[in-house]
Amino acid sequence: MSANLAAILYLISGVCFIMALRGLSSPRSARQGNLFGIAGMVIAIGTTLAQTSVEDYLWIAIGIVVGGLIGTTVALKIKMTAMPQLVAGFHSLVGLAAVLVAGAALYSPEVFHITDETGIKLISRIEMSIGVVIGALTFSGSIIAFAKLQELMTGNPLVFKGQHLLNLALLIGMVALVVVFCFTQSPTVFWIMTVVALVFGVMLIVPIGGADMPVVISMLNSYSGWAAAGIGFTLENTVLIIVGALVGSSGAILSYIMCRAMNRSFISVIMGGFGATAQTDTGGKKDKTAKAGSADDAAFIMSNAGSVIIVPGYGLAVAQAQHAVREMGDLLKKQGVNVRYAIHPVAGRMPGHMNVLLAEANVPYDEVFELDDINNDFPGTDVAFVIGANDVTNPTAKTDPQSPIAGMPILDVEKAKTCLFVKRSLAPGYAGVDNPVFYNQNTMMLFGDAKKMVEEIVKALSNA
Amino acid sequence: MEHILAVHPLIVSITVFVLAVFVGYYVVWSVTPALHTPLMSVTNAISSVIIVGALLAATPLEGGIAKVFGGIAVGLAAVNIFGGFTVTQRMLQMFKRKK
Repeated sequence: MSANLAAILYLISGVCFIMALRGLSSPRSARQGNLFGIAGMVIAIGTTLAQTSVEDYLWIAIGIVVGGLIGTTVALKIKMTAMPQLVAGFHSLVGLAAVLVAGAALYSPEVFHITDETGIKLISRIEMSIGVVIGALTFSGSIIAFAKLQELMTGNPLVFKGQHLLNLALLIGMVALVVVFCFTQSPTVFWIMTVVALVFGVMLIVPIGGADMPVVISMLNSYSGWAAAGIGFTLENTVLIIVGALVGSSGAILSYIMCRAMNRSFISVIMGGFGATAQTDTGGKKDKTAKAGSADDAAFIMSNAGSVIIVPGYGLAVAQAQHAVREMGDLLKKQGVNVRYAIHPVAGRMPGHMNVLLAEANVPYDEVFELDDINNDFPGTDVAFVIGANDVTNPTAKTDPQSPIAGMPILDVEKAKTCLFVKRSLAPGYAGVDNPVFYNQNTMMLFGDAKKMVEEIVKALSNA
Repeated sequence: MEHILAVHPLIVSITVFVLAVFVGYYVVWSVTPALHTPLMSVTNAISSVIIVGALLAATPLEGGIAKVFGGIAVGLAAVNIFGGFTVTQRMLQMFKRKK
């Protein structure tokens, strides 16, 4: 195959990948988008294999069959609640693949046509250094993120004295090693540089607490893209550069959206330590009493309502109550109640996670609304049904500038005529802030396990 | 013979890269927030197009250590490609409209 034809096919493959992301602008076009992605991948792989330098198919056949089987099996079996871990695990593989491809380019540069009379071309040395460094820190960082999400290690932020200094030293060391490698082409320096990058990746993720995981996953998504782009530059491969840029900017945008949803700056997230914030005493609220109600009360209030907005948080998924909630919604709809769902951007463990969990429970996506789209509707709504969420409904974020969650966008559940809160106790949420909505006149607390409570409401509704 | 107007390949690569960042920026902002999880899993799958580099390394008859690296990288990327597209499809099939 001529180089020109290959370049055109790689371009077509790149366009397919753009179409794959474009498809995600609506659930209606998304599946078609995914097919575009698959087509792009087939074209890219086919084009590469049609090149004259391909002589031995054995290794790649084994790699594709074994890898493909593992990937497909995992993808079919994984629980939707475990999606963040899966994505973190996948990121680590992209990172490791980038390291290995850069390593291959180091030992057999002639395969990739990156040699000149000095050995490996200087520019290629720079590009492969960037690729291997980002790849390595994506790999180790993702492993740590995976371990935290899978609860193989504590989700608490690990901070120690001199941490920032150590990170700075690692960063400087990494840059210095890149420079040395570019001058010497020494494989030893290449691998030391890789190891330093691996350590840096670990250091980057350990100080970040569980609540900031949505940012971390997005950030690693972005890094895996930049790693791919770095390798794309080394190989002068258009499709790899296009994909790297797409994925890199996608991850960066998601990180930005997640930071904005928590009103945290990106810098403060990667510096870590959230969740270690001291408990703030909001004072004066302690003596107030919250009104508690039963499942029957809740069923009565909701079946007499004209409209209900359900506000799910991650506690819903922890209690595995999605299906019960959907059933409750169905019964209410049968009684003529307008049922909608309001999703805070950080309702799940990763961007869009709650939407997937609700979709899995057969909640139609046109009943599910984002914060910006539904927040103005709370004042005209009869019942806000909050389940497994707390901090994202806490109005102190708007009123108290000292609060750890100050400035975070909030779902205005207290503006609904009645506010029902399914919760185990009055304990504060992850950020350690007391929620004044619990003590409002129009709030009724439904104490208990989320799933049991909803099931009892369902029973009460179907008996009525 | 190098043409007098010949552009260094790096400049071409940078051009492609910068334009693709812009395309990515606008395309990703138009993704509905409800589909941000599938967005991550599909970007995961497509970033494994890094397999093209792995394939080239794994296929010469005499490849030495580079061939080993390439072979392993092909396997890792394949996990991601098959896994990423499959799990994305699985999620997207769950998104249904009101009956």
